[in-house]
Amino acid sequence: MKSCLVVDDSRVVRKVARRIMEDLGFSCDEAEDGQVAYEKCQVSMPDSILLDWNMPVMSGIEFLEKLRMLDNGDSPRVVFCTTENDIQHIQRALEAGANEYIMKPFDSDIIETKFRQIGLL
Amino acid sequence: MKIADFDLYKDLLYERSGLDITPDKSYLLDSRLTPIAKKWGYHSLEAMSVSLRALPDPELVKEIVDAMTTNETSFYRDIRPFENFENVVLPYIIENAQRGKTLRIWCAACSTGQEPYSLAMILKEKQAELGGRRIEIVATDISDRVLNTARQGIYSQFEVQRGLPVTKLVRFFKQVEDKWQINDEIKAMVNYRNFNLLESMASLGKFDVVLCRNVLIYFDTKTKAKVLEGISNQMEQDGFLFLGGAETVLGVTDTFSSIKDVRGLYAKTGQHGTVAKTTMVGTGAGAGF
Ligand SMILES: C[S@@+](CC[C@H](N)C(=O)[O-])C[C@H]1O[C@@H](n2cnc3c(N)ncnc32)[C@H](O)[C@@H]1O
Repeated sequence: MKSCLVVDDSRVVRKVARRIMEDLGFSCDEAEDGQVAYEKCQVSMPDSILLDWNMPVMSGIEFLEKLRMLDNGDSPRVVFCTTENDIQHIQRALEAGANEYIMKPFDSDIIETKFRQIGLL
Repeated sequence: MKIADFDLYKDLLYERSGLDITPDKSYLLDSRLTPIAKKWGYHSLEAMSVSLRALPDPELVKEIVDAMTTNETSFYRDIRPFENFENVVLPYIIENAQRGKTLRIWCAACSTGQEPYSLAMILKEKQAELGGRRIEIVATDISDRVLNTARQGIYSQFEVQRGLPVTKLVRFFKQVEDKWQINDEIKAMVNYRNFNLLESMASLGKFDVVLCRNVLIYFDTKTKAKVLEGISNQMEQDGFLFLGGAETVLGVTDTFSSIKDVRGLYAKTGQHGTVAKTTMVGTGAGAGF
């Protein structure tokens, strides 16, 4: 079973996203900001990360930049999932090493096609 | 809806577009045609039916047909066919290219343009390997409404997230307020025109690749066979045909056969290693000895 770390400061979004990912057959863990996610990744690298941008303590983009510097930090496939929906943000995410990008609002169809595209489904 | 009216629209749609509507879809006629009746100044659907019986206005008929089409589509729909286009069809075409010959592709029911643009983006990325070969994508549909959207190439945030990889979004689209527009270079690769699949296809010329996806499902077997045979006449001998996930040539025509191990991809029988399979009694070869 593939694993996914759901990173979002909203508990509601985490719950919805987790439900969708579990329906798609992933085992899920959650983190409420980039710092918590970073600590979890240091303990155990997930196969994939669904990542919000704006969060307190450490933002998604900052987390991603730090993640990619870790040993083995290039292995998880990272999918942004954020309300930031302009091309500059998307470009910045790709430069930092994101594999896909979802603009909120999302639904299960969008998540499924994105994870299919990055080869995890 | 009265049975007589149902029959009127059923016949009209079948004759004009091949759409084979069954009585359980009668509610669809009601919900989609009532607004048209209003727009044309009829006080009810029945009033419109009366007038259609007397003297059908071609514009009204066109609008009715248009309203009854299902235009569901998405970028890289089902993914696999587009991977096959890139990894099976294109390598063959690149290897067997005849000097100076334009590569011609036909999207035979293109809806709002996602399918032809998906191909155009792949071809753009493969430009170097195609070695400057001229490419023409002809994209047709019976509905002017969807063709207008396709020509504009403007899509909602939701539409660009259903199947389009984000790298392609960034590379080939520009943001226009809260929408996304395909860039002019890709747009220029696609030539849109209104075309009814029931009509003679001769004016379209010959194609190396044809996509006829998710439209045959609305037709009965007889119409399917007629359309597929028409397409066959417009295809180069070694051309490729893509059908939708729920569509097949089996039991419909022997002209095409599926290419081994590549789901959804067809060629003229005998080409690309295909062998004819006649499965249904009473169709194709072997019937009526
Ligand atoms: C469900 S869409 C398929 C779009 C695209 N090929 C895909 O697979 O995503 C079917 C399209 O077929 C068109 N269509 C229906 N009857 C047709 C006909 N007789 N001739 C040409 N197009 C037709 C409809 O207008 C509609 O846009």
